[in-house]
Amino acid sequence: MTAVLSTHALLARYGDFQALYGVDIELHQGEAVALIGANGAGKSTLLRSIMGLLPVGREMVLLHGEPVGGTATDRMVQKGVAIVPEGRRLFTGMSVEDNLRVAIDQAARMGAKGGWTLPRLHQLFPILREKARTQVQSLSGGQQQMVAIGRALLCQPRVLLCDEISLGLAPKVIREIYAALPEIRATGTAMIVVEQDVGLARTASDRLYCMLEGRVTLTGRSAEITREQIGKAYFGAGHGVV
Amino acid sequence: MEWFDALVQGVLLGGMYAQYALGMALMFGVMRIVNISHGDLVILLSLIGISFATAWGLGPLPVLIVLVPLAVLMGWVLQKAVLNRVVGSDPLPSLIATFGLSIALQNLMLQIWSANSRSLPGHGIESQSIEIGGIYIGLLPLIVLAVATGLTWGLDLTLKRTRFGRALRAASADVEAAAMTGINPRAVYAMATAAAVGILGFAAVFQALRSTVAPADGPAQLIYAFEAVIIGGMGTVWGAFAGSMVLGISQAIGFRIDPGFGVLAGHIVFLVVLATRPQGLFGKALS
Repeated sequence: MTAVLSTHALLARYGDFQALYGVDIELHQGEAVALIGANGAGKSTLLRSIMGLLPVGREMVLLHGEPVGGTATDRMVQKGVAIVPEGRRLFTGMSVEDNLRVAIDQAARMGAKGGWTLPRLHQLFPILREKARTQVQSLSGGQQQMVAIGRALLCQPRVLLCDEISLGLAPKVIREIYAALPEIRATGTAMIVVEQDVGLARTASDRLYCMLEGRVTLTGRSAEITREQIGKAYFGAGHGVV
Repeated sequence: MEWFDALVQGVLLGGMYAQYALGMALMFGVMRIVNISHGDLVILLSLIGISFATAWGLGPLPVLIVLVPLAVLMGWVLQKAVLNRVVGSDPLPSLIATFGLSIALQNLMLQIWSANSRSLPGHGIESQSIEIGGIYIGLLPLIVLAVATGLTWGLDLTLKRTRFGRALRAASADVEAAAMTGINPRAVYAMATAAAVGILGFAAVFQALRSTVAPADGPAQLIYAFEAVIIGGMGTVWGAFAGSMVLGISQAIGFRIDPGFGVLAGHIVFLVVLATRPQGLFGKALS
């Protein structure tokens, strides 16, 4: 079975600073994979490299076996990869509905097919209907995150990349947002979830990758990996266990 | 009565400035591209229009019909060939590129049309007027105001209601996030500049009808467009329209005070707005 998305010896750099040193990950149909690691481990860089936001070699990223590394971001969306970016990155000065409509517009333009519609999204996050006319900058953090997830879903992705969707949110709101993920997976969308909270990452994923200083230091089934293994991979050898 | 007349004439003059300012509102206010060649593009289009009129004996309306599509094409090429290479969070590269373009265009126009002033024959339309309650209103300035209002209304609706408008607003809010939503920002920018320069096609015809144009006239038009956009507030189309009115009225009242004071009065009002309300009359304050 070929992976939906895979990276092969992926290298990425910001100017002179090398951020990724040969990362190999794969994501299979309908699977949720968690990406954990300390700040600066390269998790966000990995997602940005996949999305074409950093220059990477053509063969370093495969989508359904096709080399797509370095493809322009909007073309990646067209190919069925969407991202919920770190920090949400909503379009300020525009209403919730207009933010979502941008994604609907583009999906229609590109002829993307998928099951996500505005009513279906409103079922998933009812607050978005209530706040449809509100400018996004006056929403709470959790509501903004729902708009960001909704915007990505309306791109009709087959692969969804979620970058720290729990960042800065209250535990109750985090639970609410993570409760939506199984429903998203049920549509057959495969997911990579970058998450700081290791416990949350394990429960929300089938498999996980732990990164340290631009390399993958541990991979396996989320349910089978022990906390000791994660502790070692997270902080590097020689560090104490969590 | 004299001052009311100045007010009316100011609004009519504001209509002309609104036609310059709309394209600027789109490029500077929304896309944050500083286009120094804005005024030179108006003059270039005016001169092309005048040449069409003399070569083929066209009236103002046929010139307009030919010139606007040409302007749209020019805008699209300008964005694709030049501005897409320099667009970004830093406004300086676009400023330098268009500054160079401005000088190149002025010299190109001087080469082709010489330094002589020309105007577009209006076949009498430029001298007709209507009398309303003792005030004479020129037919041409009235048409200019009506067209400016229509263009403002159309552009505002386009930005608010259409797929292109939403994509452009999204790209100007966060260009990277726009790309993550499937927008090709360069394609959207090319369409936006095509629209902006297309509107200058209208301005060019009316400018050449109401006064004379010469290759070196561009920078003055640029200043009026900048001032109108900044008085009104960045990123709002009706704000640019209102800013044009404020500029037009200030100048008209200034002219009544002293014929030499008109243009300066406009600049002074601009400076006062900049000093007291830098976000513009209708702009949102930066938090």
